[in-house]
Amino acid sequence: MASTATTPPPMMGAKDAPVKLSLMARLKKGDEVAYLVTFASALSIILITCLLVQHLWVDSAIARHTFGWKFLWTSTWDPVNDQFGAKPFIYGTVLTALLALLMAVPVGFGAAIFLAELAPRKVSNILTFMIELLAAVPSVIYGLLGIFVMLPLLRDYVVPVLQKIFGFLPIFQGEFYGVSYFSASCVLAIMIVPFIVSISREVLLAVPQAQREAMMALGATKWDVTWKSVVPYAQRGMIGSIFLALARALGETMAVTMVIGNVPQIKASLLAPGYTIAAVIANEFTEATGDLYINALIELALVLFAVTMIINALARLLMLGMKSQEAAR
Amino acid sequence: MIRRVLLYAALIASVTVPAFGQQVNLTGAGSTFANPLYSTWASEYAKLHPGTQINYQSIGSGGGISQLTNGIVDFGGTDGPMTDAQLATAKSKLGTDILHFPVALGAVVPIYNIPGINVDLNFTGKALAGIYLRTITKWNDPEIAKANPGVNLPAKDIIVCHRAEASGTTFIWVDFLSKVSPEWKSQVGPAASAVNWPTGIGGKGSEGVAGFVRQTPNSIGYVELIYAIQNKMNYGQVQNAAGKFVKANLDSVTLAAGGAVKSMPDDFRVSITNAPGAGAYPISSFTWMIIPRDAKDKTKGAVLKAFLIWGIGPDGQKAAQNLTYAPLAKPVVDKELAALKYLHY
Repeated sequence: MASTATTPPPMMGAKDAPVKLSLMARLKKGDEVAYLVTFASALSIILITCLLVQHLWVDSAIARHTFGWKFLWTSTWDPVNDQFGAKPFIYGTVLTALLALLMAVPVGFGAAIFLAELAPRKVSNILTFMIELLAAVPSVIYGLLGIFVMLPLLRDYVVPVLQKIFGFLPIFQGEFYGVSYFSASCVLAIMIVPFIVSISREVLLAVPQAQREAMMALGATKWDVTWKSVVPYAQRGMIGSIFLALARALGETMAVTMVIGNVPQIKASLLAPGYTIAAVIANEFTEATGDLYINALIELALVLFAVTMIINALARLLMLGMKSQEAAR
Repeated sequence: MIRRVLLYAALIASVTVPAFGQQVNLTGAGSTFANPLYSTWASEYAKLHPGTQINYQSIGSGGGISQLTNGIVDFGGTDGPMTDAQLATAKSKLGTDILHFPVALGAVVPIYNIPGINVDLNFTGKALAGIYLRTITKWNDPEIAKANPGVNLPAKDIIVCHRAEASGTTFIWVDFLSKVSPEWKSQVGPAASAVNWPTGIGGKGSEGVAGFVRQTPNSIGYVELIYAIQNKMNYGQVQNAAGKFVKANLDSVTLAAGGAVKSMPDDFRVSITNAPGAGAYPISSFTWMIIPRDAKDKTKGAVLKAFLIWGIGPDGQKAAQNLTYAPLAKPVVDKELAALKYLHY
């Protein structure tokens, strides 16, 4: 940020110079080099994305031609008879990711606000270090902890209480075996909280001190300052942390497959076992034989890509809406 | 004397490593189940033959078959034999046949968790198929009860767990179910490593299935024998073709292969589930090394052949046994040694 503010954009610089310099001379000036290097970096990311999509598109040709759009809304997944439909996987992926966000966002924002604004600096630093440590834990560890620690806790303590209070809702009905959409969402929520906390805290800390002091001078309480002045200022960055968390939740594989039950079905109850796109690809790709089967799995990857894009686009639209509302105010 | 020993050593070396001092690298890929075996074999064999380096990647049987078919690796490892269609594809791509050689045996055992029951339960094949088809839903179903006289089975729902990912373990399990139950065969299909399960929850990996069963009262699942032994788990006995309830262990698994040898085809592509013989454990299977008949590089081919001979020989089989794989029965090894003549190197 700082460097772009102090030095003019390189293209502008090139225009300003009336004398045409040789390529070598321009390279020597340094701006050109920086431009080329950063441009190449940006281009490589776009290229990788395009290659990825192109590859997925080409390699899923047989499945796309065989099933057409029907692939998206049929529920059979039968490798023996070569019948494939993606609906239960799409449902599971979207449901678990959104449910995880629902649990993780309030906790994450709460923790970030506490760490950045309210906690003593020493406590904040230690806690932040621990939270960042959480982000580095491999997902298979989360999965195993999920099976051996979290599932019994959920089954014996959490779910009976939920069913007692909310049992009239269809989403909390039915037998609970431990593995379920709900368990997968809980594990995901634990996994994405560090992202939300860590980024939101940085954004909150970056809010200029003057912002706080101005509000304090008006006689506001500490919480007023935090809630009405600091958080709104950091809002966009905090929402950005949700995007990152969402992407992680949509694509998470190992931890989810270990606790979701891996049953390709759609059930209204959150306590029923389900399946996600990433999980089915990881489970079946290595041993998949037959062109149609492999193509169907690759098409699932394509669908996951599309789902991620659509959800991200929707989230961005939501943000735009919020901004224009703010502007209207 | 010393001269003779040297001469003999040189002879052996000239067979296995034709060009002296030349490094030969073999790569293999496939079955995760057989990965500990190939890795151990590779390191022990490299100690005996410093010029040889063998690298095995455990990417799954399906992956091993496709990498061999595409000529990426020198040999593959698979827990289910290649189908005729796969062999035909391989022949058209490689221009040569692929041969199967059993290298060790594996078995799959039923595990369960019924509160209050600590004895080894007996299962008929029909009971296991019924449970996994959802036609048997309670633990006190007559099909289970009649095999377990004196055991007070609860009237609780059976919670079924299977492997989520396609695996050799599942292949063996389903192969057995389709042999003992015509209903299974018609409704779900013949043996395959990926299955459209009529019921049950998918556990990720052996640890996923075992973890689920351990924690869920009234559940049932299946794991590899090795996994059950190494984790000191209790498992059920299964009724074999002779009508006996047999507990899986290395001996009863080896017996299954011995019992099947009479009817074994020359290409070794045979399922030995539900094998004859009073002591044979019925849910057993070979794990195969798959090798092209012609090698692009004759030197490599010769080394691979020597490696295979060593593996199915006493040293290799002893290593297998130390890793709790059931060793091959002697008639099987003899038949394999005879079949080596089909290799063109």
